[in-house]
Amino acid sequence: MTSSQARDVRRRGFLLSGTLAGAGALAAACTSNAEPEAKAPAAATAGGANDKPGKKVTVGFAGPQADHGWLNAINEQAKKEAGRYSDVDLKITEGSNDAAQQASQIQTLINQKVDVLVILPADGKQMTPTARKAMDAGIPVINLDRVFDTAQAYRIWIGGDNYRMGLNAGNYIGQRLGGKGTVVELAGIDTLPLTQERSKGFDDALKNYPQIKKVGRAAAEFNVQTGQARMAELLQAHPKFDALWNHDDDQGVGALQAIRQAGRTDFFMVGGAGAKSAMDSIKKDDSVLKATVLYPPTMAASAIRVARLLGQSKIMSDLAEQELPSSITLFSAVVTKQNVDTYLPFAFE
Amino acid sequence: MTGPEGVRAEETGATANSPAVSAAPPPADEQGRVEAAAAATGTRGLSRFRLGELRNLGLIGVLVVLVVVGALTRPAEFLTYDNVVVILTLASVIGVITVGMTFVIIGGGIDLSVGAIVALATVWATTKATQVYGTGGVIFCALAVGVGCGLVNGLIIAYGRIVAFIVTIAMLASARGLAINISGGHTQTLNSDNQALVNLGYKDHFLFGRIPPLVIIFAVVVALGWVVLNRTTYGRRTFAIGGNPEASRLAGLNVRLHTLLLYAVSGLCCGIASIMLIIMTSSGTSANGNLYELDAIAAVIIGGTLLSGGRGTLIGSVLGVLVFTTINDIFTLNNLTTATQQIAKGVIIVIAVLFQRLLAERRAGSGAS
Repeated sequence: MTSSQARDVRRRGFLLSGTLAGAGALAAACTSNAEPEAKAPAAATAGGANDKPGKKVTVGFAGPQADHGWLNAINEQAKKEAGRYSDVDLKITEGSNDAAQQASQIQTLINQKVDVLVILPADGKQMTPTARKAMDAGIPVINLDRVFDTAQAYRIWIGGDNYRMGLNAGNYIGQRLGGKGTVVELAGIDTLPLTQERSKGFDDALKNYPQIKKVGRAAAEFNVQTGQARMAELLQAHPKFDALWNHDDDQGVGALQAIRQAGRTDFFMVGGAGAKSAMDSIKKDDSVLKATVLYPPTMAASAIRVARLLGQSKIMSDLAEQELPSSITLFSAVVTKQNVDTYLPFAFE
Repeated sequence: MTGPEGVRAEETGATANSPAVSAAPPPADEQGRVEAAAAATGTRGLSRFRLGELRNLGLIGVLVVLVVVGALTRPAEFLTYDNVVVILTLASVIGVITVGMTFVIIGGGIDLSVGAIVALATVWATTKATQVYGTGGVIFCALAVGVGCGLVNGLIIAYGRIVAFIVTIAMLASARGLAINISGGHTQTLNSDNQALVNLGYKDHFLFGRIPPLVIIFAVVVALGWVVLNRTTYGRRTFAIGGNPEASRLAGLNVRLHTLLLYAVSGLCCGIASIMLIIMTSSGTSANGNLYELDAIAAVIIGGTLLSGGRGTLIGSVLGVLVFTTINDIFTLNNLTTATQQIAKGVIIVIAVLFQRLLAERRAGSGAS
């Protein structure tokens, strides 16, 4: 390279890096998502006499990577709930979708000798041996949502009910249609058991209404972009139908957009999970979205509470039992315009 | 994937061992002459053009078969104006990315980071802080993030001399990580001040009431890409460098700068696609653009572009995108499951490539006799 060329390249390099640095400085200012007025989220319902501070409890929490609104809400609910108690010390690991990595994170929590472990496994089957190790080491495990293979791997299971979610969605649609009409289903990732359970519940509910026919079904991938794409195609396939059940409100953002783009208003839509955007829309009644079926992320807050009770050897005072139950299944309520205000404070973004 | 990487290693070897080569760049007129010669030999002139045409013919055949299948299975819905709009709109986002990918692959590289860049650009452009600057701010941010990521890719590949496969896989990981970090896993929707952007997806904003703006953006990007690739020095150099980087370097082409620009072009296309995705979904999320790199590379390859670089057509890539989008559409129209779709996609990739090979061989055979 001659010296004049070298100089040229250097000058260009300087100009380029200058431009990049400038763009970087400009752009870095744009990554903030902070609301100008930060509203404090409404506190969860009070816990009664059990809320009085007691023995210090160290709770270890291991969840999957928060790459979805619902999973993100799980982490936030856990942190927020732990913050409410002066006697709870929460040790939270960076979420991971990789089974090996999550196993090593849980091992670290076991080594730190936490009092109680709360685990939402990326994959229940794969994480079972690790959870058993914790139980064998004398650390009670609270299994969140995705269930382990054996009851020996957890003391308490807390989770949602995917089958009943589909059931409730189907029954709500059946009643609203007056037992007659055509229905389309936009499912989530088809290979996941939770999707299969939701669809089974939905189909079983529709069996109650022999004059309702499911005419179309497509599977998106729990994200906005595939929700938009599959919905756009479904709308073409079915020029007229009466109701739509969408399994997930995150992909529902895209699905609603596709419906607006097609200018369709001939049906009503029921969502799933309970995102804030969906509940806002239901409250305003400004779209075809008329209801959503909950899959409450508050289960993470409940898990922290139960972990605390477990650590302090307390019981649920509203039950007659002398021990905490071994399994708690949450109810998937149908959120409509009439009751949306009750659930809106717990909606996730 | 021995494109520029392999040769870049030779290049450094040459510089180290024989200073005479690097000390004497050829004079300007010589440079032009060799460049043209390299382009001609690298691409076999006219025969390349015919071959490209034939490959496209094969794909058009596949597309026609698909259209017939669609029209026969769902006669009332498939060949309607609305459905064609849906297919073209869905093709437009991945189509724009495929244009950038075609440049990179013809130039002997690979870009595995396109999906992650799209995720980052949609997230960055839809943060509340960006949305304060209005529609212009959102558009600028998406383009800046796309080009910025492309430049980082290009700089490290061309001047850091690291294999493109590794660099773009690293970008894939970190860009998506940053997207999750910024969005906190949330789906960020456009606020009411930026509805102008969302409105572009609605029917009352279609050009002449019929043509969606997204499809127009797609058409413009393809047209510009075609002109740059086939009618400019930049395009000819892309073929030359992809076909034989060492000859191109000896001919006096600035292979490194050109490589850097190729990844910047791919980044720019990702930025444009991100804006289109924001228009389509009114939101940005770190889950956007999942596996786009595979869709784009598959479209480029069934479009007849050599994965090792130096040969390929943009129109083929666009046809590849249309084939995949039409398959998706037909499957959803017929209520078939995602699993069946994936099986069919794989089978169709193999059939399309076999079909092209057969056509090309028959042509070569008849040419010889």
